[in-house]
Amino acid sequence: MLDYYLIIVFSPLLAAALAGLGGRRIGRAGAHTVTILGVGAACVLSFVVLYRMYWGGAPAENINLYTWAVSDGLRMEIGFLVDRLTALMMVVVTFVSLMVHVYTIGYMREDPGYQRFFSYISLFTFAMLMLVMANNFLQLFFGWEAVGLVSYLLIGFWYKRETAIFANLKAFLVNRVGDFGFLLGIAAVVLFSNSLDYAEVFRQAKSISQQTIEIIPGQPYNAMTVICILLFIGAMGKSAQAPLHVWLPDSMEGPTPISALIHAATMVTAGIFMVARMSPLYELSVTALGVVIVIGAVTAFFMGLLGLVQNDIKRVVAYSTLSQLGYMSVALGASAYGAAIFHLMTHAFFKALLFLAAGSVIIAMHHEQDIRRMGGIRRYMPITYWTSLIGSLALIGVPGMSGFFSKDLLIEAVRQSHWQQTDTWVYWIAYLSVLLGVFVTALYSFRMFFLVFHGETRADAATRSHLHETPWVVTAPLVLLAIPSAIIGWITVEPILFGGFFGGAIVVAPEHDVLARLGVEFWHGSLGLVAHAVVTPVFWLATAGVATAWFLYLKRPDIPETLCRRFKALHVLLERKYYFDELWIRGFAGGGRRLGDLLWKKGDQFLIDGMLVNGTANSIARLAGILRQLQSGYLYTYAFAMIIGLTMLLGWLVWLQ
Amino acid sequence: MIGLQHYLTLSAMLFVLSIVGMVINRRNLILLLMCIELMLLAVNFNFIAFSRFLGDDAGQIFVFFVLTVAAAEAAIGLAILVVLFRKRRSINVDDLNAMKG
Repeated sequence: MLDYYLIIVFSPLLAAALAGLGGRRIGRAGAHTVTILGVGAACVLSFVVLYRMYWGGAPAENINLYTWAVSDGLRMEIGFLVDRLTALMMVVVTFVSLMVHVYTIGYMREDPGYQRFFSYISLFTFAMLMLVMANNFLQLFFGWEAVGLVSYLLIGFWYKRETAIFANLKAFLVNRVGDFGFLLGIAAVVLFSNSLDYAEVFRQAKSISQQTIEIIPGQPYNAMTVICILLFIGAMGKSAQAPLHVWLPDSMEGPTPISALIHAATMVTAGIFMVARMSPLYELSVTALGVVIVIGAVTAFFMGLLGLVQNDIKRVVAYSTLSQLGYMSVALGASAYGAAIFHLMTHAFFKALLFLAAGSVIIAMHHEQDIRRMGGIRRYMPITYWTSLIGSLALIGVPGMSGFFSKDLLIEAVRQSHWQQTDTWVYWIAYLSVLLGVFVTALYSFRMFFLVFHGETRADAATRSHLHETPWVVTAPLVLLAIPSAIIGWITVEPILFGGFFGGAIVVAPEHDVLARLGVEFWHGSLGLVAHAVVTPVFWLATAGVATAWFLYLKRPDIPETLCRRFKALHVLLERKYYFDELWIRGFAGGGRRLGDLLWKKGDQFLIDGMLVNGTANSIARLAGILRQLQSGYLYTYAFAMIIGLTMLLGWLVWLQ
Repeated sequence: MIGLQHYLTLSAMLFVLSIVGMVINRRNLILLLMCIELMLLAVNFNFIAFSRFLGDDAGQIFVFFVLTVAAAEAAIGLAILVVLFRKRRSINVDDLNAMKG
């Protein structure tokens, strides 16, 4: 199937090149045709690959295509590792990407950067496919950086906006912090295994976990723990886990289609995918899993709370994304990798749907993004309304929707996982976070939903007169994404979580395997799970969240304002996003700049330039300035000096005798 | 009776005269060259006086050497002087300070 893989990976790249470099020759229609054809081909073939992998029983393939360099026995290769985990990711990436391509035709119709945009999103698809299909760390890193680059370009797509430029620089810099850890992690992998190839590294995993490394002399750490935590720092940057999450809400400065594609469905899940891919390594370090679960739990709960006070429609969804990524991390930390990937998949569908629906509203409102100025849009945009409803219900996990299966089982897996671990308090905290997170999720989702679609229309008359449903290129992707958001859980939950779908792609130590345990004790088919939902706290918390949202924002809209006034300190804390921006921008970036200023002015300009370089020259010049007075240039002066010298010499000789 | 000290006194006077001529002369480069010649002659006086006084002929041989060298030096000095004059149109000592630092 190598031909398929090559077409899947390179057709988006080719399309990106054609659309980006074709210029006027290819035109606007040409640009979207060629990129949609490229990504469409990749999408169809990805489905074929998944079909053959799962139903056709094709084995996982590990192909090395090309050796880029060999240095001291370390082979740097380009190759594909395609197993069921990869195939699932390929389908998710190309499908969402295709939907976003189609949607963009409508969203960017009047934008002068139309062709550039299509070129970028196709390039992104290529980079993301390289990332998920990599069979070695180097190619993973290539894909990792390439998606980061395209993300940077797209956040700053409207490069004349100051805020957009600030946001894309912020995203790039924060990701560098994560990538620093990621690169160190890869370096540590090479240090211990002398190989970049996944298969080889996994083969040596056991022996690596028995070695130690001294980062601080005299303090040996387990090598595997160090590797896993460093790699996870990379994942924290890319998947926006606290405290490296600050770039994701700001990335909403970019156009909505890329918020859906890159900052919700695919790129930000790269970290989750990477940890799942590295499961043979993470399984060998309980400490690293503990770190993952704590970071995930903090992100899942606290970032969800921030969604409650945001008024920008896209930012609410962005904080929701952060929170859901936290859920996935928690699942990874609980060794329920399958649950994390399952949630990743369902989340990709419903979150892309929510973003695109938000974008549809934004188009209809003439690029107004403040939910306080919306309201009652349901009447004008029925398709957007219903698809948004499906997306929101899937997000909060209403029984039967895709989000229900992934989230309910994820939470159950976390609850069960504490049994076999040593530090049980970590798992209790994680469980509480994800459980309370359900309430918060329902509250912020339906706060936004009610404020946008229900109640009375708060838009001004001019906007209201233009308010109508968006064209079919916008609504068709919404419908096509709403279908999997609603039903994909039913179909796929059993094979993916309990049917051994991933085969050897994900390795879980038997004593950690909560999903196997759940499969035996808890699982009685999709229908059984839906029926059982009514007696779980998850369901009631979600219902309570929706009811609270309805009461606070439709029934008694005065209460939220009173609450804001009553709990001023808390509200300000949430409004300022726990002061993380201040910590990073003033604390770290500002501190760095001040330190740089200090070193520049005192160290470089004063000490090195002033004292050493120019100082030496200056003192020599001063000395020479004094000495040059002696050089009058007149012969008689020199003659006189000679005579004086002679006299002194003679005098000295006489004095000696 | 004229003794050694008279010769030495004369030679010292010539030497000092040439030094003074060199230092206070601000106008003419030829004068400077002549002063150097005079200085050499003062030295020659000393050589001859001591040669006679000590009965050693080597001193007088030295004088010949010094005179030969002085003649060559005067020739070169004057040649340089001529070239200098052609180039600068002046042999005024005060104008010649190209080596000023």
